[in-house]
Amino acid sequence: MHINELIKLIEIEFDDFTEGSLNPKTDLRKTDVWTSMHALILIALIDTEFNVTINGEDLRSINCIEDLYNIIKNRIVS
Amino acid sequence: MAYLTIPNIQISAISACVPKNKESNRDFNWISEKERDFLIQTTGIEYRRIAPKHITTSDMCFASAENLLSTLNINRDEIEILLFVSQSPDYFLPATSIILQDKLKLSKTTMAFDIQLGCSGYVYGLSVISNLMNSGKFKKGLLLVGDKSSFSPSKTDKSTYPIFGDAGTATLLEYDSKAEEMHFNLQSDGAGYKAIIIPDGGMRNSYNEESDKMIEVAPGIVRNRKNLELDGIEVFNFSLREAVPNITNLLQHNQTNLEQYDFFIFHQANKLMNESIRKKLKIDPKKVPYSLKQFGNTSSASIPLTMVTELANEFSNKKTTILLSAFGVGLSWASASVTCNNLKCLPLIEIE
Repeated sequence: MHINELIKLIEIEFDDFTEGSLNPKTDLRKTDVWTSMHALILIALIDTEFNVTINGEDLRSINCIEDLYNIIKNRIVS
Repeated sequence: MAYLTIPNIQISAISACVPKNKESNRDFNWISEKERDFLIQTTGIEYRRIAPKHITTSDMCFASAENLLSTLNINRDEIEILLFVSQSPDYFLPATSIILQDKLKLSKTTMAFDIQLGCSGYVYGLSVISNLMNSGKFKKGLLLVGDKSSFSPSKTDKSTYPIFGDAGTATLLEYDSKAEEMHFNLQSDGAGYKAIIIPDGGMRNSYNEESDKMIEVAPGIVRNRKNLELDGIEVFNFSLREAVPNITNLLQHNQTNLEQYDFFIFHQANKLMNESIRKKLKIDPKKVPYSLKQFGNTSSASIPLTMVTELANEFSNKKTTILLSAFGVGLSWASASVTCNNLKCLPLIEIE
């Protein structure tokens, strides 16, 4: 998977993000629209698409989409 | 592994009761209109029934049980067991089931006790009552299940208040040597006990001067230690992780496959969670009913309430094979495979 695929998936999943509005350095939590509900939807999306579990600790530790991408990539491999 | 196979017990009838008082999440002014719309869309919860102060869980269960006994003209002396499953009892003690035995004018030869479980309570309760009825060849039994969940969430907590609704149900079970076996798979994980908790008021943390102190723990979440706390991410990940293998292990154990089931009735947690589980199992949406929109998450009552409100006509005059799956507070989770034969689901009743 390339990071652009993940970004595209997030942009499709959330109406709040238009195509091309996100990049690898975007911190989703710092966007105006982000709520705890978005976090649950993101977890469900990653579970459905990649069969990877993202927990609360992961979400607290990441600062941008690239960090999230790296977690997913590592868990897919292992 | 806690698998159970129970012969000779038939679920004959179900009745459910909710308070007449209805709240809409569109009126939940604690959050912005945009966030409200998003919450309704994501959780699938638009309305919830909220009991007034004078109505308890046992009142709703009583109304449901009375409805079953009088509508079906049941001989009350044949009820040999009454089980009350709830986390909102009438008193610390005595057990609510015993008060209900008298109130329902059941015989003093009836055994009665409470089980303290929430989301998983219907499936757990069904396994316990069926097993005891089979052991004792009891003619009939009553399983009373529900919660007045609205007693505990803070009105200024967006993660709990708009989720829960109140309901109380009654299920009539009968000894029938022709009944098909029920199968259960029951699990628990106390490591997650803090994921859904009311911290103060029990023996571990009795009420103290800190209990009423309102604290903002996150944006939109202001509550005290008497209020329900819910760690959304932990509960969500738990359900995603455990519900599906619990079901697939049950199917392996009783040698059935998903195609053999007419309906899959899940604990009504929230739409995002339930749909994630449905998609993982690749089940047709037509086989997965929801009562969430009208009633919210009704704790242990959610499975029988969904059967009454969404499936009543599907059970008449035929055999219907259903899979029940429930997961949540504890953490506790379970699934059951049940074949109903002309199950009667009485129309929903409302009390005020």
